[in-house]
Amino acid sequence: MTKITIDPVTRVEGHGKITLIQDDDRKITQARLHIAEFRGFEKFIQGRPYWEVPVLVQRLCGICPVSHHLAAAKASDMLIGVEQLTPTAEKMRRLMHFGQLLQSHALHFFHLSSPDLLFGYDDEPRHRNIVGVIQDYPELAKQGVLMRKYGQRVIEKTAGKRIHGTGAIPGGINKNLSPAERDELSQDIEQMVEWGQSAVELCKKIFYEQREFFEQFATIDSNLLSLVQPNGALELYDGKLRARAADNQIIFDQQDNRNYLDLVNEHVESWSYMKFPFIKDLGWEQGWYRVGPLARINNCDAIDTPLAEQQRQEFIALTPGRPVPYTLAFHWARLIELLHCAEAIRELLPDPDLQGNDLLQSGELQPVGIGIIEAPRGTLFHHYEIDEQGLIQRANLIVSTTNNNQAMNESIRQVADQYLKGQELTEPLLNQLEVAVRAYDPCLSCATHALGQMPLEVELIDTHGELIDSRSKTAMHDC
Amino acid sequence: MTDKIRIATTSLAGCFGCHMSILDIDERIIDLVELVEFNRSPITDIKDVTDCDVGIIEGAVANSENVEVLRDFRKQCKTLVAIGACALNGGIPAMRNQFSLEECIEESYINGIGLDQPRIPDDAELPMLLNQVHPVHEVVKVDYFLPGCPPPADMIWQLLTDLLQGREPSFKQEQINYD
Ligand code: SF4
Repeated sequence: MTKITIDPVTRVEGHGKITLIQDDDRKITQARLHIAEFRGFEKFIQGRPYWEVPVLVQRLCGICPVSHHLAAAKASDMLIGVEQLTPTAEKMRRLMHFGQLLQSHALHFFHLSSPDLLFGYDDEPRHRNIVGVIQDYPELAKQGVLMRKYGQRVIEKTAGKRIHGTGAIPGGINKNLSPAERDELSQDIEQMVEWGQSAVELCKKIFYEQREFFEQFATIDSNLLSLVQPNGALELYDGKLRARAADNQIIFDQQDNRNYLDLVNEHVESWSYMKFPFIKDLGWEQGWYRVGPLARINNCDAIDTPLAEQQRQEFIALTPGRPVPYTLAFHWARLIELLHCAEAIRELLPDPDLQGNDLLQSGELQPVGIGIIEAPRGTLFHHYEIDEQGLIQRANLIVSTTNNNQAMNESIRQVADQYLKGQELTEPLLNQLEVAVRAYDPCLSCATHALGQMPLEVELIDTHGELIDSRSKTAMHDC
Repeated sequence: MTDKIRIATTSLAGCFGCHMSILDIDERIIDLVELVEFNRSPITDIKDVTDCDVGIIEGAVANSENVEVLRDFRKQCKTLVAIGACALNGGIPAMRNQFSLEECIEESYINGIGLDQPRIPDDAELPMLLNQVHPVHEVVKVDYFLPGCPPPADMIWQLLTDLLQGREPSFKQEQINYD
C-alpha cells in the first residue's frame, strides 16, 4: 500500500493537501482533501462588541474580505433591528459587492486557473503559472490583471481600502460615492464589459474544443444551493435560499435566511478541520450540495443584465431539463458572473442615490443576527448572538468553500477512479486532482503544510534558544 | 533566466490578504516577472522552497507545519521578510491565545451551532496545533519587517524594488501612514 501526498495544493487560495492511498494493484482506495485550517474564531469572538464584527471577521480571508465584511454587516443590521437600509447604503454595498466578485473571479480565472486551461494540465510545472501566461499570452494576461485591478478600485472607493476596508457599518455605510469617484470608475467600465464578454467567449471556445474531456472530468451529480430573488433571478447580495436536486426537482425555495438552521446542518469528519454541511431533511450522506457560480447559474431562472442572460441561456442549453453537472463548467459559469458584475456596475454607476447623504438607519438591539450573502465562491452564512450590552456570546460561520467540501472530495475521488487507477502516479496525473479542486476556486486560506512525515512532537524554540511552546500528538492513526 | 532574482512567498496562519496586496501592484507585476523568478509561492506549482534570494512570509505560526515551512524558508532564503500584522505580532490568529486551545476546539466542533454528531478532528494527516499562536520572529531570525493589515501595495513594491537593486529599503514619511 502506498500513500501519496500532494502538499500543498497550489494555485488555490489558502492551503490544503490531498492524500491518496493506492493498494498493491494500484487501485486507489482513498482520496481526500484535508484542510488544516483552524482558527478558533467562534471562541475568540466571544465577548467582543457586535460592531467590531464587520472589520474583525473579514480578516478570516483577504481574498474575499468584502464578502465577510458585508455578511457580518448584514447580520449586525439585524442585531440593531434595522430591516431596511437607506437606498444610498444599500446601493453602495451592492456596488462594493459587484466589485468584489469581479476582482475575485478575474483573479481565479486569469492568475490561477488559466494556465491549466491554456497550457494543459500536463504542462511543465515551472511554466504552468501566471508568469507563463504573461510570457505566452501577454495581451490576455494584461486584461486579467486590469480587470482585477478595476474590481479592487471599486472596492477602494466604496469600502475606503482595497483589502480589509471599513465601508459597511451596522445599519448602513460610512461614505457615499463622490462625483469624482463615480466619473473615474465610469471611464473604464465599457472596457470591462467588453473584456468580460471576450473572457466568456474564450472559456467557451476552450470548452467546445475539448468537449468530451470537459464533460466527464471530475463531473458529479449534486444538489445545488444559492440565494435567488423573489422572482427566481440570480441574486448576489440579498435574497432567499433555494435548493435544487441533480434531477432538477426543487428541494426548497424562497426560504428566509433566519431559518437557515432548519435547512442546513454540518457534519464533522476526523480528517479535516473543515466541516461538511448538508441539507438537513436529506441527511448528511445524501444531503451534500454544491454552491458557487455553477450552482448559482444552474439554480436561477434568469439574470437581470442582458449580455450575461444571453450567455446563461447558451450555458443551460448544454443539458436541457437538468442542471449542468460538469465540474469544469464552474469556470464558464464564473465568467458569466464576471460579465454580469461588469454590466451591473455599469448600470449602477449613474444612479444619483450613490451620492445621497442618508447613510444610516438605527433601531433596537436584538439578540440574534444572521447575514447570508453570495460570496464569489458561494453562499456564506454569518450568525451572531449577543447579550444586552451588545457583546457576542456565540457565533456560527459557514463559509462558501466549506459548503463545497463534500463535492470537492467527490470530484477528486471521481478523477482518481477514472484517470489514476492502475497508473504510475506522475506529476501531471497528480496535477489533475488539483485541476479538479481548482475548478471550485476553494478558499482554504490559513495554515500551510510541509512535505514529509508529520512530527509526533513539536517543540518551539525561540531565536534565543528558549522553549516557548510544545505539543505532542498522542492518537496517531496508521494508514 | 538564471541571473534573475529568485523570490519565494508563503502564507502561514494568515488570511492571504498580504498576498492579495502583493498582487495589488497591478500591472507592475508584468515588469516584475521580467526581473524575478518565482520559486515556491501560492501562484506557482513549485511545492518546495529552494535557494532563493528573497523569502516573503505572511501569517503567524499556529501549527507544526507552519514551523517547518518557516524554518525551511529561513534555511533557503538569503533575505527573509515578514509582512503584515499576523507575521509581525500574531495579529487576528493570536486572538485565540486568550483561551486554551481545548476551549477553542470544543467551541467549534463540540458546542457549535447546527452540528450533527459532533466530534473533534484528530486524524494524523492534520498538523498539530500549537497551544499559542506566535509571531514569526520568535521562531527564526527575520531580516525585514513590513507592518500593516495588509501593508499597501506601494509599500511592498518599494520594499521589493529596493531589495532587487541591492539598496537598504527606506520609505518616505508620507508613505508610512496607514493601518
Ligand atoms: S496581516 Fe492582515 S492582511 Fe495580512 S494575513 Fe494577517 S489579517 Fe490578513
